[in-house]
Amino acid sequence: MERFLNTILIGISGGSIYGLMALALVLVWRSTRVVNFAQAGQAILSTYIGYVVISHTNNYWLAFPIAILFGALIGALVDVLLIRIMLRRAHQGPVAAIAPVIATLGLLGLIRAVVGLIWGGDLRQFKLPVTNHGFTFGHTTIPFAPINLLIVVTTFLVMLVFALIFQRTNLGLSLRASAYQPEIARLSGIRVDLTRTIGWAFAGAAGAIAGILVTPTNYLAPNSLDLLLVSGFVAAVIGGLESLVGAAIGGLILGIGLAFVLEYVSSSLAFPAAFLVLIAVLLVKPAGLIGSKRVRNA
Amino acid sequence: MSGLEITNLEVNHGAIRAVRNLSFSINPGELAAVIGANGAGKTTLLRALSGLKHVHSGDAKWQGISIINKKPENLVRSGIVHVSDGKAVIPELSVKENLALSGIWRKDKKDVAKATAEVLDLFPILAARLAQSADSLSGGERQMLAIGRALIARPSLLLLDEPSLGLAPLIIEQIFSAINSLRHTYELTVLLVEQNATSALQIADIGIIINLGELVTVGPSHILLNDPALRAAYLGY
Repeated sequence: MERFLNTILIGISGGSIYGLMALALVLVWRSTRVVNFAQAGQAILSTYIGYVVISHTNNYWLAFPIAILFGALIGALVDVLLIRIMLRRAHQGPVAAIAPVIATLGLLGLIRAVVGLIWGGDLRQFKLPVTNHGFTFGHTTIPFAPINLLIVVTTFLVMLVFALIFQRTNLGLSLRASAYQPEIARLSGIRVDLTRTIGWAFAGAAGAIAGILVTPTNYLAPNSLDLLLVSGFVAAVIGGLESLVGAAIGGLILGIGLAFVLEYVSSSLAFPAAFLVLIAVLLVKPAGLIGSKRVRNA
Repeated sequence: MSGLEITNLEVNHGAIRAVRNLSFSINPGELAAVIGANGAGKTTLLRALSGLKHVHSGDAKWQGISIINKKPENLVRSGIVHVSDGKAVIPELSVKENLALSGIWRKDKKDVAKATAEVLDLFPILAARLAQSADSLSGGERQMLAIGRALIARPSLLLLDEPSLGLAPLIIEQIFSAINSLRHTYELTVLLVEQNATSALQIADIGIIINLGELVTVGPSHILLNDPALRAAYLGY
């Protein structure tokens, strides 16, 4: 029973990170109908910027907001300098569907290469902001540690802030309107291009939070967030690709599921298991386990 | 003050020149009905005027200022509001949120509240459905919502694309009488595109008949309504 509960707790911690990455992918998908493979690159670049701050100031809590700001800025720049222009130039025919995907894949490679050029390929370690020694109750120490609590609480707060922005503010209404029906949004006077860029900035920030939260428990390298991209994508698909709540729940389902595979089956199965879940969801319920029933025409 | 002046307008739709050498003008405060068969270029004309379509050549001026090849959102902000066809609402949003869209960018929030109250007075059914998703509305209610949202932007020129499309005759009558009353209340200039020629001409001051993208004739609507040749050729009765 204790082992079971511990696995769930570790799964929630891992799933939070997947949920954040899924949130980033969903924000971009909703605003521009692009599956942004470069999200992992944007997140790794933001995390390296956080790393630079930490190595100069030895202060994780200063690195945290700076990485988020850079993440938002990078997201906005990717939209303005690449995606917006590309969608305008290649907006018809088969190339319109494939061009942005290839472009974001290319951008992922490009960012990784640039990061490798600047910081090299060595594995680096982040200073832990809080300990990774598990909480102790009486004589038992559980695997769930303050660092996991930090991840879960931060993720919860981030999700809450995004939910409030989307549901309660005019910016959120503009973001939703621009995502659902850009033409009607324009005809209502909404600056759809700017709104989309804000969506990309939010996504960049969410990806940066995922990167800066997960790296202390892992290591930092130009490709250290690639696996997270896959998990985030799986979580987003479980959540139906459209919904922010879906992304969060998809992340938790995947996180807890993978934690059980790791704990009870084999640690070498985590990666294939994530893909198995993805394929199973796509086969059984392509609209996502918690996606809306309505199939929207993109 | 000058109204809407269109001169030698040429607009492509895909590979087709959907609007050819089109010229006409509307005085401020007039309601003009653009009549023509399917594929006559009516919708393309409206989309060009609201910035959704690129104008190849020619010009269109509203109150003396050229409005072609501008961003739609900027045109809306300067009072040119287009209610596109297909009951232009966002089904994923609530009725309240659909109405709110036109108020987000407006500085005068008091007037947004006033305009919203006026819209709910004009279409009381919307007031009863504020919290519902727009998806749950009937076709007529959606059209009311689309027009209501346009009014909250405080338009001076209203472009209406086929408001009667797919609606039952009784509802069409309601929508047209609403258009007729609100244009007097707000001193709106209205360009109404319609296949339902008789209903449109009955409330219009002038009729503009186009065919295959070209102007056939412009004239006072009561004269067009009673012209047997035009009736047979373009009004379908």
